[in-house]
Amino acid sequence: MTPAIELNHVSKVYRKYSGRHFATLKSALLQRSILRDLRPGEAFPALTDVSFAVPKGSTFGVVGRNGSGKSTALKLVAGISKPTSGSVIVEGRISALIELGAGFHPEISGRENVFINGIMLGLTKREIQNRFDDIVEFAELRDFIDAPVKTYSSGMYMRLGFAVAINVDPDVLLIDEVLAVGDEGFTHKCLDKFGEFRRRGKTILLVTHSLPLVERFCDEAIWLDGGRALAHGDPKRVIDAYLTEVEEGEGRHLAATTAKAVETAVTETAPANMFEAVEGRWGSREVEITGVTLVDRDGQPSFVFHAGDPMSITLAVRAATPVDDFAFGIGVFNADGVCCFGTNTEIDALQSEQLSGDGEVTFAIDSLDLVEGTYKLDAAVHKRDGVPYDYHRLLYTFRVKSRTHDVGVYSPRHRWRFSPNVRFKP
Amino acid sequence: MFSNLANLIRYRGLIQSLVARELKARYRGSALGFLWSFINPLLLLSIYSFVFAVVIPGLHTKDIEPYALFMFCGILPWTWFSSSLLESSSSLIAGGNLIKKVLFPAEILPITSVLANMVHFFLGLPILIAFLIYFRRWPDPLDLVWFPVVVFVQFVFSTALALIFSALMVHFRDLRDILSNVLTLWFFSTPIIYSMREAPGLGKRVLDLNPMTHLIVSYQEILFFPGAIGHWKWLLAIGAASILLFLAGYWVFDRLRDSFAESV
Repeated sequence: MTPAIELNHVSKVYRKYSGRHFATLKSALLQRSILRDLRPGEAFPALTDVSFAVPKGSTFGVVGRNGSGKSTALKLVAGISKPTSGSVIVEGRISALIELGAGFHPEISGRENVFINGIMLGLTKREIQNRFDDIVEFAELRDFIDAPVKTYSSGMYMRLGFAVAINVDPDVLLIDEVLAVGDEGFTHKCLDKFGEFRRRGKTILLVTHSLPLVERFCDEAIWLDGGRALAHGDPKRVIDAYLTEVEEGEGRHLAATTAKAVETAVTETAPANMFEAVEGRWGSREVEITGVTLVDRDGQPSFVFHAGDPMSITLAVRAATPVDDFAFGIGVFNADGVCCFGTNTEIDALQSEQLSGDGEVTFAIDSLDLVEGTYKLDAAVHKRDGVPYDYHRLLYTFRVKSRTHDVGVYSPRHRWRFSPNVRFKP
Repeated sequence: MFSNLANLIRYRGLIQSLVARELKARYRGSALGFLWSFINPLLLLSIYSFVFAVVIPGLHTKDIEPYALFMFCGILPWTWFSSSLLESSSSLIAGGNLIKKVLFPAEILPITSVLANMVHFFLGLPILIAFLIYFRRWPDPLDLVWFPVVVFVQFVFSTALALIFSALMVHFRDLRDILSNVLTLWFFSTPIIYSMREAPGLGKRVLDLNPMTHLIVSYQEILFFPGAIGHWKWLLAIGAASILLFLAGYWVFDRLRDSFAESV
């Protein structure tokens, strides 16, 4: 099958704006450096040696974090910018949904803008005439089509731009993160339209942060990072690879946050209200917590956990002189500062006997039944009556990821049961 | 380069719509609307008439009476020329959003500016005709044949400069200020408010170097001065030079084209 879009070893280098670039015309003329100044100063590679082919009629997803080169790739395919090296081949009429309503003029009516925008996207006047009603219908703007575009809300503006672009009837449709343009109903209409495009054998290149969309619609996907293709192929596999990397990145970030919090926390007095979420560390230090490690199901220290996975919190403790009156406590707070869970050895009816030298305390959770979010941890060692030896307040941060998007704090294991007359699609 | 040039013909529908949009949008929301196309040149004319016919009369010779009519023959095409350059030079920057997000030939933007101002020029012509009727001046019909030729030459010349300036402006924003000052100097170096026939030997030689001189003089000879147009050789020479300048301008524009999407 012939590819509709083909990128062969494409690289794109942008020049950074350096002081030299903004030389004045005068100096450029005097030093005869016009052409030199127009050449890249400091180069920034936006894409490096990227190759992929999109067969006709298939849907291709591009994922990656911000600044990874996704939009650059799309612009190259659209022909808006040219590759520095390599080649881009596209067959058929392209419509690029890069920025909706990019050509709209605020002062003139929606009707006139539809015509001009349509012509810009490659339609003839007659073609627009024939599709005009469809466009207005799709944009849900029948009552406002003769009002100047500057009076439109941003949603109306986007809808009109989308309606024009989608009605260009392209062979190749390029979409850059524009599906979130309307309310729920409009989004569904857009998705239906994409479904229709797919059925009619059109080629779609989709750049998005919405991974479920890629998983649902795309036949193939590529993951770009720092301008390089890190994974390419089956969408599910690509997304998994991408998510793993995102988690690792998040983990590094959380590790840095935690390290900074621990480092900057100074000994102070305990706050009056223990349920108030303020970071800090206090206590007499007769017993000290020298380290807190979160351990994942594989026994590896981690900062990112999946809902329902086991998690262990390990406290490294040190008692300079042996003590017999002690208790260990753990508290979990969500990002809003709500205490999700807290307990200590005293509450769990463990009676202290002796602690001396260096030791390790592990609080093992079999199943981390929390909803997705960022959480902070209290770790403490104190006397049985509550007088603190070493209290670490909200110094440790971890993230819980979840495939489902349930809400609240607590995500218990659950299942639904129905009587035979209540049926769901299999 | 030539394939790109040919491509422009495919986009004439877009140019047409953009010119129409430009004209519609310009006066949208103003009470007088399109009337401004007539009022603007009239006001400009009355300012200069006030200065040169009331405040300091007698500076000009008898052969350019009625002075208001003489001046109008020059001001109208000059306004087309200077507004075209000022608007087109920043057209790529103003249309940055389009260049970055939509695939279409960027030269359409400066060309649209020149054309929209040409339409304004045409809208000013009825007033000029009214003046001609009022002063009972009847241009020679044979001369009038030359009128479209001057307009065409001016269009090619303006477009050539528009392409060069718009492309360079993307990289050298200083041009905006340079250009507006140069245009003021240029206005006074062109025989609009005075007659070429008044210029002394040296002044005439300097003025002869200015292409706009020959365009404006041609307008004046066609519309104002009696007798056959004596300037047609100059006009054709400027026409030929303008076509070369246009090709050169298009070449510069084409060379810089790929840098627009990144620099605007």
